[in-house]
Amino acid sequence: MLTAVISLAAISSGLGLALGLASRKFHVEGNSLVAEVQAMLPAANCGQCGFPGCAGAAEAIVDGSAAPTCCPPGGKVVAQAIADHLGITLAAGEDIRPTIALIQDHLCIGCTKCIKNCPSDAIIGATKQLHIVMDEACTGCNQCAEKCPTGAIEMLELPQSIHNWVMPQPARYS
Amino acid sequence: MPTIVIPPLRRLLQRWGVHPDSHKYPAAGLDIEDAGLPDMLRLPLSQHVGAPAKVIVEVGERVLRGQLIASTGGKISAPLHAPTSGTIVAIDEAVVPHPAALTDVAIHLRPDGLDEWIPLKSELYPINLSEREISDRVEDAGIVGMGGASFPSAVKLSLGHRSKVTTLMLNGSECEPYLSCDDRLMQENAHAIIEGARLILKATGATRVLAGIEDNKPEAILAMKLAAKPFPEVHIVKIPSRYPMGADRQLIKMLTGIEAPADGRAADVGVLVHNVGTAYAVYRALRYGEPLTERVVTVAGGAVSAPRNLRVRLGTPMAYLFERCGGLRVPPARVVSGGPMMGIGVQNLDTPVVKGTSGVLALAAAEVGEREASACIRCGSCVEACPVGLLPLEMAARIHANALGEAEEIGLDDCLTCGACGFICPSRIPLVQYFQHAKGELASRSREQKRLDTIKELTEAKAARIEREAREKAEIHARRKAERERAQAAEAAAKAARAAEKETEA
Repeated sequence: MLTAVISLAAISSGLGLALGLASRKFHVEGNSLVAEVQAMLPAANCGQCGFPGCAGAAEAIVDGSAAPTCCPPGGKVVAQAIADHLGITLAAGEDIRPTIALIQDHLCIGCTKCIKNCPSDAIIGATKQLHIVMDEACTGCNQCAEKCPTGAIEMLELPQSIHNWVMPQPARYS
Repeated sequence: MPTIVIPPLRRLLQRWGVHPDSHKYPAAGLDIEDAGLPDMLRLPLSQHVGAPAKVIVEVGERVLRGQLIASTGGKISAPLHAPTSGTIVAIDEAVVPHPAALTDVAIHLRPDGLDEWIPLKSELYPINLSEREISDRVEDAGIVGMGGASFPSAVKLSLGHRSKVTTLMLNGSECEPYLSCDDRLMQENAHAIIEGARLILKATGATRVLAGIEDNKPEAILAMKLAAKPFPEVHIVKIPSRYPMGADRQLIKMLTGIEAPADGRAADVGVLVHNVGTAYAVYRALRYGEPLTERVVTVAGGAVSAPRNLRVRLGTPMAYLFERCGGLRVPPARVVSGGPMMGIGVQNLDTPVVKGTSGVLALAAAEVGEREASACIRCGSCVEACPVGLLPLEMAARIHANALGEAEEIGLDDCLTCGACGFICPSRIPLVQYFQHAKGELASRSREQKRLDTIKELTEAKAARIEREAREKAEIHARRKAERERAQAAEAAAKAARAAEKETEA
């Protein structure tokens, strides 16, 4: 009786110790993929994907509840990079084109509300002066348009010009 | 002048390239004629590789021929001059030579017919100018590579200063079918071309000129040899006719047997390549002070009634040139700006001639020979034709499967998009379109990535700024509070002191 109690106690405490040590040694700090995917996203926290910020989107993409194409400001580049990183293939034919904001001159009253709300400092202007969007810095997050009291901000697809045009892929031959 | 001959063994060992029908006649047999002035000139601001030029004239302004109308837009850029005297009627979007017929900003100039020059500063002996002066004047004249690549020539000249250049190669190969503008220029203006080459030679510090001319242009070779006779440093070399002989690396390989490294420049092997048209423009600019306002353009193709070479003002619409050559015999199946192999298919006949336009072709249906593509039979013809030694069929298969990265790994970057592979393909697979698509797509991705990186930086900077501002505000608050408290404490102390004083007084 006593032998059984002592041996079982010894075995269980030994195993307990081993488990305890292992849990310390092989401790996993969250999912490292989430951080990696988050680093690829534009960090604008614009919420266009429907998740709370880029961190939320990264989590959703990693656990598979969102597609890598869910980030409109990131566009094709980010989607492709994430898909490559996670080893998944993008759904074909899903062309996501980033949009940019355009301020209509005749409606802008120079209230600076959009400037204050732009996460990437893409709008320049001063009080009672016409504001203007710098295309190069705009993520198309729509936060300026939401805050504009006169509805002067339109979201447009980037226009095609000789500077961004790409020769289309030839039609498939059989 | 010792004659340099390409060793027969080199010819045999270098088996790349294709031999399309040349179609150079009748245009190559006729003198260059002046095209005259059309009703309207449209001058796009991006006629060169690099940043677009900046407009410095206003709508309604009268300008003279040779007057600067748009200045250099950056380090790699070129200025633009008025091709004739007239009035600037608009600065607006206009169709440019582009496969999708897109528009870009252009200066619209209505000629007044007087063709009045600005006062020109001619130089009787331009060869006595300093190196610096030569390259500065080339830059001010707005000269770009006239063979079609349109790289600003002055930038190329200063490149020669940085890396040691020993040989200047004059590219007179004109390997594209139909085109004969360089051929005619060499026959009619050989002296000017040789003088221009000597000026470039001086500016770059190179010691010899090798002018490569394809053996299908015997008259041009003869004229150039005669003109080069007094100069021992200038050698005229007959090279085999083959497409794409005019690509710089291919020309270097044939003329010297040396292959320029894929990840470097031609200058790395001590060579600088300039087109004969560029040498001519350099001579005009330095000897007569004329900026680049016109160029020789071959107007040809089965649909053109009377093909010939014309001296054309920049900005002239293609429709005017066809009219000038007797009009179109039949409705063209395809209109091309440039040569048939690498030129740009044009949909709008208002498309202007720009600095890099060597030809304007209206091809009849029989010449286009368009057929449906069929499956690749893996015959390897494209591999043999490729001047760079790539595997076009393998690259196309990868691009087809949207694996652009893999295509890049097997040499997409080295592809010249010369089109020799697609030309020779028995299955008529549009190979070069695949490569153009993939190159464009990769370039656009890297542009987009750059943009995203900038945005990320800006976003983080703004977040940091807002945090810092909040912290500073809190600090100021804390300091004010502390000051207030200190002041209150001091006041209280003073009060206490006064009270104590009163007490002692009492």
